[in-house]
Amino acid sequence: MRKKPINEMKLDFASRSVNEGFARSAAAAFACQLDPTLDELADIKTAVSEAVTNAIIHGYRNQSGTVTLGGKMYEDGLLTFTVTDRGCGMENVHKAMEPLFTGAPNEERAGMGFVIMQSFMDKVTVSSKPGKGTRVTLQRRLRRRR
Amino acid sequence: MDGAVYQNGVLRVPVNGEIDHHGARVWRDELDELIRVHRPRELLLDLQGVAFMDSAGLGLLLGRYRHMCTLGGRLVLLHAPASCVKMLRLSGADRFIYLKEERKEESV
Repeated sequence: MRKKPINEMKLDFASRSVNEGFARSAAAAFACQLDPTLDELADIKTAVSEAVTNAIIHGYRNQSGTVTLGGKMYEDGLLTFTVTDRGCGMENVHKAMEPLFTGAPNEERAGMGFVIMQSFMDKVTVSSKPGKGTRVTLQRRLRRRR
Repeated sequence: MDGAVYQNGVLRVPVNGEIDHHGARVWRDELDELIRVHRPRELLLDLQGVAFMDSAGLGLLLGRYRHMCTLGGRLVLLHAPASCVKMLRLSGADRFIYLKEERKEESV
């Protein structure tokens, strides 16, 4: 088991697209306590933005709901974020994670959300139940600077 | 659109702000309107003022690339931020979208 986090946070916000910026900025502000590089911070903001946008567009299908952003940080520089919705959920998580797959073809989405999350973070895990919702967990270990 | 310049077939547009799912929709409509009016052979997007971009921004660029293709023109990006270049490479779109003077420092 991992050691206890040295700090954690949790935020609930309405599933409105204007909150995408709010959520990634909050995640970045939280991450700043670990003194990340600008590149690390940019990667975290992008990954969190992808997960939150997915929750709003796909989880809630642009209907109103609550998205929860959780963050934890550990002594060794590990950061984890969870983005949780209680929306429609997914039957097939693997299919949703394929490059170029998009569940909203009319939105002019690139279908690259999960690919970007995976390449900008060290580890991405998704759990989902149809009718119950989806949780995306993003992990990134920051390079320690002395 | 503020600052858009059309000259000798090149439509140059400064793009700024945070290009996420929320912000991309406005840009899509405004860029398509400018393309419709000018029918340029080159769309030159100056991304110097872009503070943030995620896959919605990538979708915006790919959509405008396709739009320019239907006109027989091309898309060129000026001062693309590092995160944008990273996403273009991931998607393979850097093979057909031209990059000029990439931005070195990532703004936060």
